[in-house]
Amino acid sequence: MPDDLIIADKTFSSRLLLGTSGYPNRQVMLDALEAGAPEIVTVSVRRISLEGYAESMVDLLEGKYHLLPNTAGCETQRDAVLTAQLAREALQTPWVKLELIGDRETLYPDSEQLVLAAAELVAEGFTVLPYCGDDPVVCQKLADVGCAAVMPLGAPIGSGMGICNPYNIALICARSPVPVILDAGVGTASDAALAMELGCAAVLLNTAVAKSRDPVAMAAAMRMGVEAGYLARRAGRIPKRSYAEASSPQLGLIGT
Amino acid sequence: MPDKTSNKASVAVIGAGVCGLGIAWRLAQAGRAVEVFDKGEAGRGATWAAAGMLASGVETEPGEQALLALNLAARRLWPDFVRDLEAASGIDLGYRDEGTLVVAPTRDDAEQLRFTYEFQRGLGLDLAWLNGAGARAREPHLRAGIAGAVYSAADHQVDNRQLALALKTAFLRAGGILHEHCEVTGLDMEAGAVRGLWVGEERHRAETVVLAAGPWTGALDWLPAAARAPVRPVKGQVLTLGMDPLAPLLTHVLWAPKIYLVPRRDGRLLVGATVEEKGFDETLTAGGVYELLDAAWRPLPAIEELPILETCVGFRPTSRDDAPILGASALPGLILATGHHRNGILLAPVTAEAMARLILDGETLPEARGFGPERFARRKLAAAV
Repeated sequence: MPDDLIIADKTFSSRLLLGTSGYPNRQVMLDALEAGAPEIVTVSVRRISLEGYAESMVDLLEGKYHLLPNTAGCETQRDAVLTAQLAREALQTPWVKLELIGDRETLYPDSEQLVLAAAELVAEGFTVLPYCGDDPVVCQKLADVGCAAVMPLGAPIGSGMGICNPYNIALICARSPVPVILDAGVGTASDAALAMELGCAAVLLNTAVAKSRDPVAMAAAMRMGVEAGYLARRAGRIPKRSYAEASSPQLGLIGT
Repeated sequence: MPDKTSNKASVAVIGAGVCGLGIAWRLAQAGRAVEVFDKGEAGRGATWAAAGMLASGVETEPGEQALLALNLAARRLWPDFVRDLEAASGIDLGYRDEGTLVVAPTRDDAEQLRFTYEFQRGLGLDLAWLNGAGARAREPHLRAGIAGAVYSAADHQVDNRQLALALKTAFLRAGGILHEHCEVTGLDMEAGAVRGLWVGEERHRAETVVLAAGPWTGALDWLPAAARAPVRPVKGQVLTLGMDPLAPLLTHVLWAPKIYLVPRRDGRLLVGATVEEKGFDETLTAGGVYELLDAAWRPLPAIEELPILETCVGFRPTSRDDAPILGASALPGLILATGHHRNGILLAPVTAEAMARLILDGETLPEARGFGPERFARRKLAAAV
């Protein structure tokens, strides 16, 4: 890709971010990451025992990828902040994907708590990447409190419905002072390409790869989808017309 | 320093679960002197907490096609294995062949199940799609409104605890020696090769040592680095409910989202299992039990009347690719038979067969090819396309 993705003080050449949950097994996950070639991978922070491990998830990923801990499943500002603090200690990174769930059935973010938690974490020195609704106002507020990027959803987490409101995503991309990363909803490679065509700086996805019939092939497809969409956006889409316009010259036709 | 060479054990097996005992039994049958060591009681590790599902069909996941071939080979061995082992031990294994049902309570679940079903059918598995009425015709206590189901006639079950008891009995009858509550503390090495093992100050010589320590494989600090394999414990909580054996709520093995239910002939109904990356944490938790009961109640609401007979916490021996590790380690004389993840009971006969063949004849069973420990070292992470 011609240009790098810059988030906070870091530069990345891949514009695909992958999650690490829900794969058939860890080897498939590692192979899928290899095929998708993300630089940033998300890991959820849980209470775990380190005793008795032959290899932890962190052992497998550390050094190869930039680990982005997430606060998946947190429902309050307090829990999310605590989880981020634990992640910072455990993984030695101030980066956090801030996820604050407001409703268990839709897994929609709680926008009010999200902005408060983001502000608190930014004040504590975190590099905050919040998962948020596809609402331009919320995205603006998150950028205003100092988030390093905003990550609006394309559709509910794990739904695979694609980008349900492309107009909003385009609007957010057009106005955002920080990189916009489409997070959640991607079902297949064309969804990832569309996100990039709409102006997103990157795409974060997990289930679409992990739960596909061939996660390794789907990860490669997503990598190419993101690249295709990014290049298409830069190249510039032609205006849509109502009628055909032939691409060949119309003069000098054979016959009458 | 007492040296126990007098018993001339030619094979020492570490771990008396169904895999260790199965290998030991086959070798003892073939006339080898075999000693088995377990830090606790035989059959009380991962074997004890298992459910005994012989589910080579409905549990198949993407990326595990090689494992499927091994699972299907294991499935083919089961009927003869049951006959041989019941004859050798005099113990009923509780083998049931009603088959397995996977049910989808909601329309979203049915879409997901259809996706999995088509993937599995594409692998040549013999599965049948049922509508809600078809599922309820097989299991009348299923909740009304089931959106769809998959039936696998070939996914049977066995009572895993009876299996362990039978293997232990058959092994002892074949002349094997079992050391329970006897923790191995080291390998006996000679010129770079394994020549036996140590239990504290006691040495047991053996030409071959088989490591079948299941989830504890990765936690043996005395194991040389060259022989280590990526096996970790994955915690599972399991409940046993009590049905009326004369009017059981369920006869098939039942899968629903996040849950399986396994009915035994004596009326026990196993409900499992949580999947937790918590090391060797043995805590039974409110959240775990709640999750199990909630997920079981959704497809089978009548469980609410049943007594809870037992709770159990166990650890799956999970390898990096969820497939077993079967074959010679980098240390001459040490063979690994571990990392069976969720498939230890299903794979016990093929594990016994493959390891016995390897030790007796030096041959690798065709189905076991590619499952050796070296795959983790040499595996090149191949990018698709």
